[in-house]
Amino acid sequence: MEKQSHLSEKKISIRNLSDREYFYGHKACPGCGGSLALRLALKVLGERSYAVVPAGCMSAVGFIFPQMAFTCNAIISTFPGTASMLSGVAAGARALGIKDFHAVGFAGDGGTADIGFQALSGAIDRHDKIIYICYDNEAYMNTGVQKSGLTPIGARTTTSPAGRRLKGALTQKKPMFEIVAAHGIDYAATASVGYPLDYLRKLNYASKVDGTSYIHVFAPCPIGWGHDTSDTISVAKNAVDCGLWYLAEFSEGQFTLNHKPGEFTSVGDYLFGQNRFCHLQEDDLKAIIMERNAKWKSICRSWSYS
Amino acid sequence: MHGQKAFLSGNEAVAAGVRLARPHVIAAYPITPQTTVIERLAEMVEDASLKTEYLHVESEHSALSACIGASAVGARTFTATSSQGLLYMAECLHYASGGRFPVVMMNANRSLALPWNIYGDQRDSLSLLDCGWIQAYAEDAQESLDLIIQAYAIAEHPDVLTPLMINLDGFVITHTYELVSLPSQEGVDAFLPPFQTVNKMDLDHPMSLAFTAGPAYNQAFKQLQHQALLSASKVILDIEERFGQFFGRNYSGLIETMHCEDAEFILVTLGSVAGTVRPVVERLRSLGERVGLVRIRYMRPFPDLEIRKALAGAKAVGVLEKDISFGYEGTVFTNVNSALSRSNVKPSRLLNFIGGLGGKDISAADIEHLFLRLKSTDDGETVAFI
Repeated sequence: MEKQSHLSEKKISIRNLSDREYFYGHKACPGCGGSLALRLALKVLGERSYAVVPAGCMSAVGFIFPQMAFTCNAIISTFPGTASMLSGVAAGARALGIKDFHAVGFAGDGGTADIGFQALSGAIDRHDKIIYICYDNEAYMNTGVQKSGLTPIGARTTTSPAGRRLKGALTQKKPMFEIVAAHGIDYAATASVGYPLDYLRKLNYASKVDGTSYIHVFAPCPIGWGHDTSDTISVAKNAVDCGLWYLAEFSEGQFTLNHKPGEFTSVGDYLFGQNRFCHLQEDDLKAIIMERNAKWKSICRSWSYS
Repeated sequence: MHGQKAFLSGNEAVAAGVRLARPHVIAAYPITPQTTVIERLAEMVEDASLKTEYLHVESEHSALSACIGASAVGARTFTATSSQGLLYMAECLHYASGGRFPVVMMNANRSLALPWNIYGDQRDSLSLLDCGWIQAYAEDAQESLDLIIQAYAIAEHPDVLTPLMINLDGFVITHTYELVSLPSQEGVDAFLPPFQTVNKMDLDHPMSLAFTAGPAYNQAFKQLQHQALLSASKVILDIEERFGQFFGRNYSGLIETMHCEDAEFILVTLGSVAGTVRPVVERLRSLGERVGLVRIRYMRPFPDLEIRKALAGAKAVGVLEKDISFGYEGTVFTNVNSALSRSNVKPSRLLNFIGGLGGKDISAADIEHLFLRLKSTDDGETVAFI
């Protein structure tokens, strides 16, 4: 089986990670999780990458003429058009006889779960050989922290304010990983910039999949979330450790959990370490923990663990 | 360089032209009355007479977005749409022209909702006249096919590098069968060499495309874009001349005129209705009336000089169009009027006839009546629905 041989390949580690920079000198904010996700991904995928980046944070900070931050090929797509442009890039390159390339997209949570969802669904349906990376910072950050379909319940954003009557976002985060998997996608994974080795391994796997790959990487935004810029990695790690985010894969029709915390760390510590959740009260915290427990019950029941 | 003849609808002629132009990528999403174009292309892929990456996209927005992506790596691309579909891809229309991606697209001119209607008028493409594309309007199936082949040569020309939209009146052209002369593949291969551009993502020379340009640089890019569209006027003439040498069919540039040299009363129009005007002009001429016809073939770049020259001797001019800019007048009329405003010799009367909206029939008798209106000296409304 060819796919299994991919898994047995040499692991990517911090030691053998490329020194080359493909996304550098950009204008992202200090502590930006999204730019880290993008930088690491291109180190794995390498110079034969065509990066497609829709309107959003990463295009706003990386493509300001005449100062370009990408050293590989890169293009801004329309906001809804990340996946469709990726499909076009891949089809065009294939038709021209170009070999050994990666068509990789980097879209935010809004660009993926909201406005770009239709095109993403279409690309997965066609099994186009593209790598789609959603860097999830849980709101429309580029435009100033507005609620997206991936903003978690209770989070305060500029369009889901917390006041006397409302307590931030009223809706649950869309389960994008499961939605993508339900398409029968060739490969899907969740990741977190707080667990970079897991993320790097998944990128490496995705680079060898003959079909559509989707990686959903949790990427804190200190500005939007209200935490210290030096805490991005620990916040990204805590989200996994407290069980509000999870590291998993979907391949050949099977879900696999990659990381099972022995005991969850405190959800309260995770939430109240960020300004966006500071208004939540004890019963809100209880409800969020109940949701988490239900999710993990379902995960442990139906996903394998490795 | 002459091939065989075939009995084809306008849409099938477009598909035949696309096959001859050998696009690398075709992005297809169906909408009436464009569907038979992408159906024929799918059959060509199936029977291996067309080698292309045929993408079944999930919307018109994605169709054009995928074409832009493919064009950005240097591939030749094609898509087709109509009406609501054209509006749905509006964002990508500006994107393709701003990024200088020479996508070629066929648009089946169709009414816009509301009220819903699938029949032909030109409000879809004319409402997007400012999207930076070259806009051509065909009159029949043969011209549709020839325009497709010419379109790639024009759009991909280094002085132009601008996408091109070929408009066919919904049903009247798209679904009417005519005898069409098909150029040979060898002829088209010689006429239309593979697409070459430096404006692409190249693995050996990485580039950032479709970038941001702030206030200090933005206008400079827009000026270059405007210049490219203006340059297209000459490139179109050159390409048509070469096309004539290769295939023996000659076209007349941005406009086509009929009896305008000594005409007192001229109708200006575009698309298939010119075919209804032509025999009326012949009949009235045989009765001694000095009437003429201008058929606009390209709305962008606009045939400013050509229009001024053709209308210089006319007493009265009527612009007949299947379009209205609500609250003012027809867009074609606005453009013709603007051209004439820069002319020293102007017709004393300039009228705008709006007709054919939502497929409303325009008959030969209607056309004859329009010439009578031009001849009469009654002061009537400048803008009139027929």
